[in-house]
Amino acid sequence: MGPVTAGVLQALALIGALALAHIPLGNHMVRVYTSPRHLRIEKWIYRGIGADPDTEMRWPAYLRGVLAFSFAGVLFLYLLQRLQGVLPGSLGFDSVAPAQAFNTAASFVANTNWQSYYGEQTMGHVVQTAGLAVQNFVSAAVGMAVAVALVRGFARARTGELGNFWSDLVRGVTRVLVPLAVVGALILVACGVVQNFSGIHEVGQFTGGVQQWNGGAVASQEVIKELGTNGGGYFNANSAHPFENPTPFSNLFEIFLILLIPVALTRTFGLMVGSVRQGYAVLATMAALWIGFVALMMWTEFAHPGPAPQAAGGAMEGKELRFGIGGSSLFAVTTTLTSTGAVNSFHSSYTGFGGGITMLGMMLGEIAPGGVGSGLYGMLIMAVVAVFIAGLMVGRTPEYLGKKIGPREIKLAALYILITPALVLVFTSLSMALPTPPDSMLNPGAHGFSEILYAFTSAANNNGSAFAGLNADTDWFNTTTGLAMLLGRFLPMVLVLALAGSLAAQQPVPATAGTLRTEKPMFSGLLAGAVLIIVGLTYFPALALGPLAEGLA
Amino acid sequence: MNNSVSNTARLLGAGLRALLVLTVVTGVLYPLAVTGAAQALFRDQANGSRVEADGRVVGSSLIGQSYTLPPAPGRETPAPDPKWFQGRPADGLGENTLNTRYRLLLSGATNLAADNPELVERIRAAQTAVIEDNSVPGHTVERSDVPADAVTSSGSGLDPHISPAYAALQVPRVARNNGLPVEQVGKLVEKHTEGRTLGFLGEPRVNVLELNIALEELASRS
Repeated sequence: MGPVTAGVLQALALIGALALAHIPLGNHMVRVYTSPRHLRIEKWIYRGIGADPDTEMRWPAYLRGVLAFSFAGVLFLYLLQRLQGVLPGSLGFDSVAPAQAFNTAASFVANTNWQSYYGEQTMGHVVQTAGLAVQNFVSAAVGMAVAVALVRGFARARTGELGNFWSDLVRGVTRVLVPLAVVGALILVACGVVQNFSGIHEVGQFTGGVQQWNGGAVASQEVIKELGTNGGGYFNANSAHPFENPTPFSNLFEIFLILLIPVALTRTFGLMVGSVRQGYAVLATMAALWIGFVALMMWTEFAHPGPAPQAAGGAMEGKELRFGIGGSSLFAVTTTLTSTGAVNSFHSSYTGFGGGITMLGMMLGEIAPGGVGSGLYGMLIMAVVAVFIAGLMVGRTPEYLGKKIGPREIKLAALYILITPALVLVFTSLSMALPTPPDSMLNPGAHGFSEILYAFTSAANNNGSAFAGLNADTDWFNTTTGLAMLLGRFLPMVLVLALAGSLAAQQPVPATAGTLRTEKPMFSGLLAGAVLIIVGLTYFPALALGPLAEGLA
Repeated sequence: MNNSVSNTARLLGAGLRALLVLTVVTGVLYPLAVTGAAQALFRDQANGSRVEADGRVVGSSLIGQSYTLPPAPGRETPAPDPKWFQGRPADGLGENTLNTRYRLLLSGATNLAADNPELVERIRAAQTAVIEDNSVPGHTVERSDVPADAVTSSGSGLDPHISPAYAALQVPRVARNNGLPVEQVGKLVEKHTEGRTLGFLGEPRVNVLELNIALEELASRS
């Protein structure tokens, strides 16, 4: 069997596994977010918080919960890093410098996990386990909560109420993320991912001398890093490091974990709005984009155009042999079409077009299938825009799932779509225009520009992967990417919750013969077209200066 | 005004308490439970899949290492030891820059772009070195014989594997330097070649450390 066939079979195996697994998980999440009963541990948690999980919240209250919790997260994580030097269990590592600590705190709370630090020599056990990994859980649970609030906006009528934030947050952690993470972590350990609390210790080498290892709770962090579409590696090399991703099986399993919740949420959405086919219409668009991107990526990486891959006889720079080009391409596409940003190979050394595909994946807004929660609400916003465009074409007031898309709704959706490109393009142009930020570039020419464009695309879309040649540990990049991550995460959430509130207040309109059938394949096609055209027009000039210039040279 | 300040304070208090409670669940109880279970069920893997030879630990089967001669005077980088199979280049590995009292095993890629002349130059130089090191009397290595993995750095810089093609290319040199017949070393490589998992996952590969351990045994027996 050739490597191309093997790569295609891995993609098919992944699709098969997701087709099986998303059904029980999607059904389970409906129960999680609709059941009136609380588990005992959840009652203890609510008592600790001092919140009543049964109060219904309107959108401003829900939003205030999201923001207060996330602000506390940034503050806590910042302080934890600043105090690392005096905390026990930190391997004696120094405290993290202020700009980098802010950047990292913003990054993990915003579900981005952009890392301007070197994992294995910067963060001790306490910060990794009780700081970074905690945000991997809770930032994912916040994303799911906001998505569920939007789904309730579609499902409910003549109420402004969207559920209870504390209850959605806690249940996401206790009933979805933790149980899956425990099972997943043990599977990863069985493959060879390390899980211990050793200090720094020496291990002998074959030809003499020693290696210094720092152990750590790697598997327990690795699993939630993928499952929560976070992406922050324990080690610098992220999922390329053999202690994070030791075998071809662990590689495919990690890709599966990344896609699992975002795919299952489309079923949850369908069931909650009363028609599972509505969920599958959205999933069809996501799947079509993902498959298209995988095909393009495998095509360019196997064909390996460009001077260096041609000289070497294959695009293996920055790739691990055990994954090969197929397993690396799958991971690269999946991590950038979700908000994950974990990498098992280094995108900067991909072919020019391959690097461009990873960037375009993020620019689409990470909706195929996107981050946990954020993928679903991002795609539903695009659906609102798509029905609006369709409505303009036939001259009818657009409606989606029985809710009218009026001026207020379309304004919120349009603002949502504008925020991320504005952040990406403004910060990129500022960085190019100022005298010192370009000094951070590693590579010359178009690729150097791509490094900076990639950085802000990744930050504002909450991805976290990088063209890692860029030296991002400067005050400029730590501050600006930190701001881009926070604004790129929370401004869209404000708009999503406002939209949810206004939808939930509406009286549904009955479907008539003139209603656009949003559960049909034609709508999936319209949605994919809307995504590609809107994004294509926004980013095309920037892409032309970077990856397209490199790929066509 | 006062009211909204106290409301904000109350809300932030709730946020902070929620974070602390969830930190206990996901940042303390969860990792401890997973560590306990991992150490009980998969002790070897959880501690780094160490490999022993002659009763001493010689590394991890998952982590690539270098097989070099002792550093010679006047040379910046130690030369590869021709007795042993060599792994992939690791040009992206950095040095400790923080907490420098340690010399931790770091990981990293070069991040050089596909159109970067520096990368092209490195690949050419690596090919020349592979050809020079592995051409033995009666067996000349051609540039087109050198596989991609032999001249490119991996993502982690710690790749423990090489392709079967790169292993085969090294066989005549290794056999000669260990005083072993070429066929015998070739068989050893075949024995240590791992196919794709389940026939389609990953790529066929050879674990360099395990191969070298077996080679040492073979050489000491003959």
